[in-house]
Amino acid sequence: MQLHVNGRLHELALDNRTTLLDALREHLGLTGSKKGCDHGQCGACTVLVDGRRINSCLALAVTLDGVEIRTIEGLSDDGALHPVQQAFLDRDGFQCGYCTPGQICSAVGMLDEFDQGWPSAVTTGGQPAALDAGEVRERMSGNLCRCGAYMNIVPAILDVADAAAGRSSA
Amino acid sequence: MEFFRPTSLAEACQLKSEHPDAVPLCGGTDVMVDINFDRRRPDALLDLTGVRELYEWSRYDSHVRVGAAVPYTTIIKELSADAPGLAIASRTVGSPQIRNRGSVGGNLGSASPAGDALPPLLAVDAVVETVSATNRRRIPIHEFFLGPKRNALQPDELIAAVHAPVAGGPQQFAKVGTRNAMVIAVCSFSLALHPDTGRVGTGIGSAAPTPLAATQAEDFLSAELADRWTGPAELPDDVVRRFGELVAGAASPIDDVRGTADYRRHALAILARRTLTWTWAEHIRRAQ
Repeated sequence: MQLHVNGRLHELALDNRTTLLDALREHLGLTGSKKGCDHGQCGACTVLVDGRRINSCLALAVTLDGVEIRTIEGLSDDGALHPVQQAFLDRDGFQCGYCTPGQICSAVGMLDEFDQGWPSAVTTGGQPAALDAGEVRERMSGNLCRCGAYMNIVPAILDVADAAAGRSSA
Repeated sequence: MEFFRPTSLAEACQLKSEHPDAVPLCGGTDVMVDINFDRRRPDALLDLTGVRELYEWSRYDSHVRVGAAVPYTTIIKELSADAPGLAIASRTVGSPQIRNRGSVGGNLGSASPAGDALPPLLAVDAVVETVSATNRRRIPIHEFFLGPKRNALQPDELIAAVHAPVAGGPQQFAKVGTRNAMVIAVCSFSLALHPDTGRVGTGIGSAAPTPLAATQAEDFLSAELADRWTGPAELPDDVVRRFGELVAGAASPIDDVRGTADYRRHALAILARRTLTWTWAEHIRRAQ
C-alpha cells in the first residue's frame, strides 16, 4: 500500500491489522507520535489526516490509502518551527515531553477547527468570538498530560490564537 | 484476518451476506479498542470508509436522514438546528479526535446502553434504516435495542442511516461523568419537546440494560403541558419534581465501577429536571 506522510509517498507492505501509529513508528521510523494508551484515551498519538486531528492508534493504516497524513515531524517549515511548536517552547508547555507531539498536532487541528467556526461543548450561542482558556481546555480535552503542564500548555495555545487574531496576550 | 474494502453500499452488502461474521468498521473508535487489546479477533473486517454514501446526510419531508458514517463533527456543525438533541450530545462524545471519526452508525451497531447518541434518538422516535443484499428495513429506534450490546440487526445487514423528524421544539441532552472527555457516561438523559404534536420524548442512557424511553414520565409531562403550550409560563415546581421522579423510576440501573444504582437514579432525576427547565425556558423564549 501507499502512505502519504509529511509530503512524501511511502510504499509499504503491511499486515492489515497494523494501526497507523504502528506504521509510522515501526515501519517509517517516525517515532514522534507516541503510544500512550493505545485506545484513544490519551491523545499522545494524535496526527492530522487531511488536516483533521485523529488518534492514529484507532485507525488501520490500510484504510488511509490516498489521504495526506501530517505528523509532528512534518509541522516545521524548512527548519523554522511551526508557531505552535515555538509557543510551547516559549511558554514551557511541557515537562517530560511525552504528550507534547500529540498536544501540538491536536492544537494545530483545533485552531483550524475554531477558524472554521466549529462550536464546542462549552460554546453557548452561535459562533464563538475568540478562544479563551475555557474553550481551549474543552477543545484540547482529548489530550492528557500526566505531568500536569496544562498551566503552560493553555497559554501557549492562546498565544498562537491571539497572534493569528492580531492581538497580544502579554 | 481478511480485510474487505467495498467502494459502494451494494458491494458492502454483498460482502456482508457472503461473510456474515465480518465486523463493519468506519471510524474505528470502538472496534479498534478491542482489536488493539486483543479482546476481539475478528476473522474479517469490512472497512466501510470507502462507501461515500454512508457519509452523506439529507433533508426530506421535514425529516433528516443521517448516513451511518457521518462523523459527530459534521452533525455538530450542520445539524444543530434540525436535530439539536443529537447535535448537543455529539459535542460530548469521546474527545475531539474521536468526534472527527466516530459516527452514529457505530453507536447503533455497538448498542451499548452508554452510547451518547442514543438517548436523543429515542426522544425523537428516530428510525434506523438497515440494508442487506436482498432487503431494506426501517426499524423504529424503540424496537432496535434488544439487550446490552445486542440490537435487531440480522447477520447479513448493515446500518445505512438513521432518520429523525426535523425538530419542532427545543431538545436537550445532559450526562454525568468524571471528566468532560473520554468517559463512559455514568448516566445520561435526553428530552425533546414536540409542541406540534403536544408530546414530549425522552431517552435514558447508561441506567438500564439498553437505552430506553421513560414512557410514564412522557405521559405525565405531556398531560401537564397540554394547556400550557400556548402562552407558556414557568412550570410549577411540583411538576418538574414529579417528572424527575418518574424518569428515575423508569431506569433499572446497576452498581458498577462508575457508580451505584442509587446514585444513578438520583442523578437521573436531576438531569431530567435540568433538561426540562432548559427546554421549557427555551419554549417560553420562542413563544414571546
